[in-house]
Amino acid sequence: MSLKGRGAIVGLGITPQGKVYDSNHVGFAVEAVRLALEDAGLQRGDLDGLLLNPGLTWADQGMGSFQLQQAMGLRNLRLSASMNLGGATACAMIQQAVEAIDAGLCRTVACVFSDAPLKPPTPKTERSGGGGGSAGAYGFARGLDAAYGQFGVNAMYAMVARRHMHLYGTTNDHLGAIAVAERQWANRNPMAQFHDTPMTLAEYHRSRWVVEPFHLFDCCLVSNGGLAVIVTAADRARDLAQRPVYVWGMGQGHPGGDPAETLTSGAVLAKEAAFRMAGVGLADIGVVELYDCYTFTVLVCLEDYGFCTKGEGGPFVADGKTAPGGSLPLNTGGGQLSSFYMWGMTPVSEAVIQLRGAGGARQVPDAQVALVSGNGGILSTHSTLIMSNQPS
Amino acid sequence: MTTHTKPIPTITAELRPFFDAAKRRELMVQRCRSCQTLRFPAREICSQCLSREVEWVAVSGRGEVFSYNVMHQVYHPGFATEVPYAVVVVKLDEGAKMISNLVGVAPRDIRIGMRVEVVFEDVSDEVTLPKFRPAD
Repeated sequence: MSLKGRGAIVGLGITPQGKVYDSNHVGFAVEAVRLALEDAGLQRGDLDGLLLNPGLTWADQGMGSFQLQQAMGLRNLRLSASMNLGGATACAMIQQAVEAIDAGLCRTVACVFSDAPLKPPTPKTERSGGGGGSAGAYGFARGLDAAYGQFGVNAMYAMVARRHMHLYGTTNDHLGAIAVAERQWANRNPMAQFHDTPMTLAEYHRSRWVVEPFHLFDCCLVSNGGLAVIVTAADRARDLAQRPVYVWGMGQGHPGGDPAETLTSGAVLAKEAAFRMAGVGLADIGVVELYDCYTFTVLVCLEDYGFCTKGEGGPFVADGKTAPGGSLPLNTGGGQLSSFYMWGMTPVSEAVIQLRGAGGARQVPDAQVALVSGNGGILSTHSTLIMSNQPS
Repeated sequence: MTTHTKPIPTITAELRPFFDAAKRRELMVQRCRSCQTLRFPAREICSQCLSREVEWVAVSGRGEVFSYNVMHQVYHPGFATEVPYAVVVVKLDEGAKMISNLVGVAPRDIRIGMRVEVVFEDVSDEVTLPKFRPAD
């Protein structure tokens, strides 16, 4: 039987985000779950499932979900796991939760991400112009790469983006259009790290190169913080504190191989199951929250979900249709480029906010169905959720 | 030889034949003895056919730029005086791809599809790194 509408997100907890140094990764996770339970009108004792996506600073701590369980005194869980598909984990955790709940294994699951890779500034990092924290955290090199100066995820994605530019004529104006649109959404989101900082396309071009073809504002933020959602059965969701956000469709797609050859994400695989389960098409989607580790990732995924054809992503976004007031509301909280970076939890949380009608100055009128994506590795892993504020 | 301040790769058992060959001014990659697929970096098992049978073979050292980036951010002090510098993915004529650097060409003059050939740079008494330069 289809899982459409069988599970719902009923609680959302977002800790302070960004350059927040008063907690560690465990503390942020505990606080996020506490906030999400409070939001849902549930107690700790109501939780019988815990799924954790451990961020970078969880790395040395085995059995992360058990560590988190102990840290917040949870008892008698019936589901517990740490999951890691990179940025595809958030949507995948929610899928796992809905499946387990529908199978009768458990009733109420917290899905959590937290991380604390940023360290407080020291006189030394201040002198070097800051930014050392995020560069350090994601600046690792594999094998021989360090000898050639190939450091970090930025550098790996840049290789793929350069191929797209070469084959399809994609430009920094195109990538910049995505960054500028997301910034305009962030300027309407009080929780966004860049809420008070507008940005024009000229300012995007003036931002320093990190690794060509990526300017600073092609790259997502790095944030300390935690974010949790509570998932439960649809029939239980109706009695809780918030307007339920129902999971209509879900899927995963992990293509393998070399993304620089295919210039394609796992969305092509993941969308099939998700749209089939939801019984909707692209025309039914009112708000789109795509995983945006880079502007380029958004461009590729717009192509892969079929909003435009392969190679046409650049011209597609150039007219500003993804900005506030445009025909395709995209990453409406400012995304991970301009609000905060909780891996895939950022797009999930913004979809929940929009479908509750709680978006304030950035609310998309009459948003009823949202498309959410998660993407991990270098276009390597992908997950899709289609959610709605309507039961079915 | 001037002191090399960039990271010097560790000669692992898996990569020993690659580094021994580079010292002899020869570029070698792995070839699956079962399905003949070339691969680099080294792997224990062929991802095409799952065979463990493997040999190291010399390749021409000629190929083309498959992609490249230009690094501006300094991640290691050894590159501090070199930014902006380019990192390239070279697709060898025989098929395998490798990360490397180009010598004798400015980052702004690099193009995808540019023909290149291997050169060798001694970075320590033990380690020689294959790099590439523009070729006809």
